[in-house]
Amino acid sequence: MTQEFRLRTGLQPAGRLGRAIQGQATMSILVNKDTKVVCQGITGKAGAFHAAQCIEYGTQIVAGVTPGKGGSRSEHGVPIFNCCHDAVIATGADVAMIFVPPAFAADAAMEAADAGVSLVVLITEGIPALDMVRARKYLDDKGARLIGPNCPGIITPGECKIGIMPGYIHRPVQDGSRGVGIISRSGTLTYEAVWQCTTRNISQTTCVGIGGDPVKGLNFIELLDLFEQDEETDAIIMIGEIGGTDEEQAAFHVRHHVSKPVVGFIAGQTAPPGKRMGHAGAIISGGEGTAASKIAALKEAGIHVARSPGEIGETLASVL
Amino acid sequence: MKIHEYQARELLAQAGVPVTPFEMVTTPEQATAAFDRFGGTVVVKAQVFAGGRGKAGFVKLCESRQEVHDAAGFMLGNRMVSKQTGPEGVGVHRLLVAVAADIDAEYYAAVVLDRSQRCPVVMVSREGGVEIEEVAARNPDAIFKQWLHPHLGLQGFQAARLVHALGLEDKEQAKAAARVLRGLVDVFVKYDCSLAEINPLVRTSSGEILAIDAKMNFDDSALFRQPQLREMHDESEDNPMEVRARKADLTYIALNGNIGCLVNGAGLAMATMDIIKLHGGEPANFLDVGGSVSQEGATEAFRIILADPKVKGVLVNIFGGIAKCDTIAEALIAAAREIGFKVPVVVRLEGTNVERARQLLKEAAIPQLIPASDLTDAAQKVCAKVV
Repeated sequence: MTQEFRLRTGLQPAGRLGRAIQGQATMSILVNKDTKVVCQGITGKAGAFHAAQCIEYGTQIVAGVTPGKGGSRSEHGVPIFNCCHDAVIATGADVAMIFVPPAFAADAAMEAADAGVSLVVLITEGIPALDMVRARKYLDDKGARLIGPNCPGIITPGECKIGIMPGYIHRPVQDGSRGVGIISRSGTLTYEAVWQCTTRNISQTTCVGIGGDPVKGLNFIELLDLFEQDEETDAIIMIGEIGGTDEEQAAFHVRHHVSKPVVGFIAGQTAPPGKRMGHAGAIISGGEGTAASKIAALKEAGIHVARSPGEIGETLASVL
Repeated sequence: MKIHEYQARELLAQAGVPVTPFEMVTTPEQATAAFDRFGGTVVVKAQVFAGGRGKAGFVKLCESRQEVHDAAGFMLGNRMVSKQTGPEGVGVHRLLVAVAADIDAEYYAAVVLDRSQRCPVVMVSREGGVEIEEVAARNPDAIFKQWLHPHLGLQGFQAARLVHALGLEDKEQAKAAARVLRGLVDVFVKYDCSLAEINPLVRTSSGEILAIDAKMNFDDSALFRQPQLREMHDESEDNPMEVRARKADLTYIALNGNIGCLVNGAGLAMATMDIIKLHGGEPANFLDVGGSVSQEGATEAFRIILADPKVKGVLVNIFGGIAKCDTIAEALIAAAREIGFKVPVVVRLEGTNVERARQLLKEAAIPQLIPASDLTDAAQKVCAKVV
């Protein structure tokens, strides 16, 4: 579906032209209290549980998708559709949250993009890498952004939680104050960083878990840019880990394009080479992807690197 | 997941890539029988996942029956020690006997997943027979790359450019090399590889293009749709505790230190290892219990950690999100009852259901348990007990 067709037929999803997407001066990035979410896999065990948590947090989950269950309602009272297209047309959902099993998850992401959502949040872990190669290209061609896979999701504290992170550990930006933006390849390590901020009374504008897979959607660089432009964000925390060269590239980008203070941490300083440390992407191979190389690149770019994972909050407090 | 060279040769041969005639054997007698069938010079190669076989003496060119018998006997009777195996080496249970090729030139060809370009990349080099990392470090210009379109795969012009980069100008040889590259890409895509490598790819003195060594790694996440690969998997090369953990949906990697770790989430698990090291300790393992862990799964995690005789202390670090703190607390109590803790166990819990978890642990009053208030406190406490 082309942009023109979408406009002509009135199928323009609400957030497609939303201010957060346009990169103008914003409050928080990508998602906010106006975001409308369609949840694919809402009747599955994980999907049902986490959709309930999101709704409780205040997220507008306006639709669910489960093939064959269209016309019914989920346990949360959310209307279910047979396909994402029906859901988007009926509800104007602009973000998809996906809890579909690994074998079908890439397909679900492509379906959401084809249905016209502007952002796909793919929580599922264990999707074949070549499926993501194909899906990512498909989403790029459709102009839809992707967060994940194998990630906790995205949260703008106090407004919108799309994912599996525990909501209460976050601290919303208070009226007139500002906060920190967080980007991380990890799930629970992000919670650790968030908690260290919250216990120091540092609010978060938006926290994005970009996921632990080798092929993924939004990466450090795109999110650094969004946080750089966000008026509410004072500083940025980026949490990386071994494997690949994303952190090195991000460091180079920070040096030239980011003026806000950045605090970094790299997990896996003690990880042996050649072993996949849980995350599919966390592997040192061929001398590439070591923590030492990443930390050196971060420091060279003027990023404040926390020596210990217990000192992320402290390091941030010291630069604010 | 990895497979052995002989298995990689089978996959390549099925995809139309010419390989030297070969056979997998498990005894010196089978090896000599293979020699008799092939006639002429053969190469005997240990089938292990670790590299450095040549230098360790586990690849041998043999010209006689006796040589084959001796080489096979040596390889099957000794552990192979190389730079990649550690001092304890690895046992050898399978050998490859292959017809030796009359090599005129050696090349390198591989397909890997390029993470930053988010697509597979085909790499070739005229510097075959050596580790590609070495070439990349010494002379990166000697490696020529073509990236595959995510939906369209290898195009004709790309194959032509790759073959040209190898310097194969003879028409028949160029055609044969292009066929090899297409076969290699087909294998990569069909079997969900993360690496498919032919090193060396050779030209024989009669102008044939042949694969004489191959290495393949596969995407573990895709094994559900690769029944043929699951059958090929050789569990004897895996750490038995890692296999046991996998069966319980845990990710466990054995390391050399003495502080056992039980953590939820891969990033936090790595960070926990890091902070132990920072405070002077050495982690005994990486263990991620995952998000949807049950009490039984977490109890099994304790069994696995405590089965390691090196472990002198344990650090439990849980930031409950999907995983719930009280589930872990219940597992801790069950493990204490079942196996009994002979070493100190430092416990740091935060997140979902933490209050109930703390209450449970308080009531259980396990003497070896040491509560910690945060990550730094936990690392300091466990290191003070062990180091």
